[in-house]
Amino acid sequence: MNFETVIGLEVHVELKTDSKMFSPAPAHYGAEPNTNTNVIDWGYPGVLPVVNKRAVEFGMRAALALNCEITQETKFDRKNYFYPDNPKAYQISQFDRPLGTNGWIDIEVDGKTKRIRIERVHLEEDAGKNIHGTDGYSYVDLNRQGTPLIEIVSEADMSSPEEAYAYLDALRQVILFTGVSDVKMEEGSMRCDANISLRPFGQEEFGTKTELKNLNSLNYVRKGLQHEQIRQEKVLMAGGRIEQETRRYDESTGETILMRTKEGSSDYRYFPEPDIPPLVISDEWLENVRQSIPEMPKERRARYVKELGIPEYDAEVLTLTKTMSDFFEATVQNGADAKQASNWLMGEVSAYLNSEKVELEDTQLTPENLAAMINLIEDGTISSKIAKKLFRELIQNGGDAKKVVEEKGWVQLSDPAKLLPLITEVLDNNQQSIEDFRNGKDRAIGFLVGQIMKQTRGQANPGVVNKLLMEEIKKR
Amino acid sequence: MSTGITEEQVREIARLAKLEFEDKELPVFADELENIVEMVEKLEQVNTKNVPGTYHGIVLDSVMREDKAEEGTDRDELFSNVKETEEGFIKVPAMIDNGEAGA
Repeated sequence: MNFETVIGLEVHVELKTDSKMFSPAPAHYGAEPNTNTNVIDWGYPGVLPVVNKRAVEFGMRAALALNCEITQETKFDRKNYFYPDNPKAYQISQFDRPLGTNGWIDIEVDGKTKRIRIERVHLEEDAGKNIHGTDGYSYVDLNRQGTPLIEIVSEADMSSPEEAYAYLDALRQVILFTGVSDVKMEEGSMRCDANISLRPFGQEEFGTKTELKNLNSLNYVRKGLQHEQIRQEKVLMAGGRIEQETRRYDESTGETILMRTKEGSSDYRYFPEPDIPPLVISDEWLENVRQSIPEMPKERRARYVKELGIPEYDAEVLTLTKTMSDFFEATVQNGADAKQASNWLMGEVSAYLNSEKVELEDTQLTPENLAAMINLIEDGTISSKIAKKLFRELIQNGGDAKKVVEEKGWVQLSDPAKLLPLITEVLDNNQQSIEDFRNGKDRAIGFLVGQIMKQTRGQANPGVVNKLLMEEIKKR
Repeated sequence: MSTGITEEQVREIARLAKLEFEDKELPVFADELENIVEMVEKLEQVNTKNVPGTYHGIVLDSVMREDKAEEGTDRDELFSNVKETEEGFIKVPAMIDNGEAGA
């Protein structure tokens, strides 16, 4: 490769509010087409859009989590364009005073940490959805139109499709932890457009860039960029010129196809939105939002490794989602050993979630009862065999771990005084096994332990049983 | 001061506004647009050194509403200005690209 690749990403994230950015129409999916939309969304004469406070707060939360400075005197602008996905013929967005500026996010590729700068984070509204028919018509549903969005624009700091992938993944995780969006690319709550250009190594000036659209998963972002990188290189090597244009990634062929030559920013004829007065964010509000931001996955991982002695890989898995990470921390806070809590969550709990295809929050398991269960194992109250039964009970039906164990009679039998009569009985009835054991057949002892486990329905403490058996055989 | 709006510029502005003009109309609009630009340039000569900047014409800021959803407008009523519909969708001539969908 004789060229250096330069990539910048524009990411749209849908905010999880109840109502739309500028109207009280519901911002929910799955409704009948064109029912979650109203006259404000359609820009009918005489209507007045009013800013959704929670959307601003969510936008701030995301911007702060991405290390942005908040523009406390901010405003909205009108971006004009004609397209059936927006009957207003303009989108209310932010042009010259975006909510957040100068942020950054650290990514890791091939063991190296790189800081990707974020130019801006601004608030705007989503467009409707078009379904393209095969009959020469398109079908428009405006339920999505007006849904609050944040657009996150990175600097052109990425130099490979792999870095773009890592940036998006890190971005997705940060936003997920702030709780302002589901950030699911497959469902469209996170969308990405990629700008890519090539320049000869050592050249300062950027080459002409193309913009890639329709990158509907993290993998498609990487694949689309890989393809476009090669396409541009071929054009340049053959002495050709890259045109500034928008290209569409085709999932079926893995190629990028020309959509249109790009309109310049001036074509959108931005102007300050006359329907919405400027927005001033008070110091107090800003501080409150800052306080509401949870610790981010990267910091959590470091803390798990350093303070809780969790292996790095485990820390990585535990912080994939905020739900899992919060659950883990709460379990430890409830007195469970961190390593045990981690083992259960990564092992039995994850296996259960996978096999039942449910989310952690859909189960009856709580940090309290998981911690209690772990402690019941640790102090020998229940055997590890019973623990599996108890686990299933707790995750399916919930309840207090200790009470469940008592009610079901699952307490492990460790008291020699209670076990001894059983052992004597089993030895009396199995003379042959004693002979076998004395003749060097170690397996005989296993058979005897098994008999006692059977009689106690698995409740006898195998360690104690073993010890008592050996002593009793010696005595005979 | 002449700003010299060209017919080509008029055609471009018309295209962005989805308007169609006949060629003979272009010089008329070029003149009118030029007058508007000149007026704005005249305004720029006013000394505003001691006037604080603003983004809006009225003295009001930070008007927001709580995030409370209300049912959308009745679809039949919304559709009263829609030319063609099908099964609750708005039917429009096929679109080639994605426009600013997700802009």
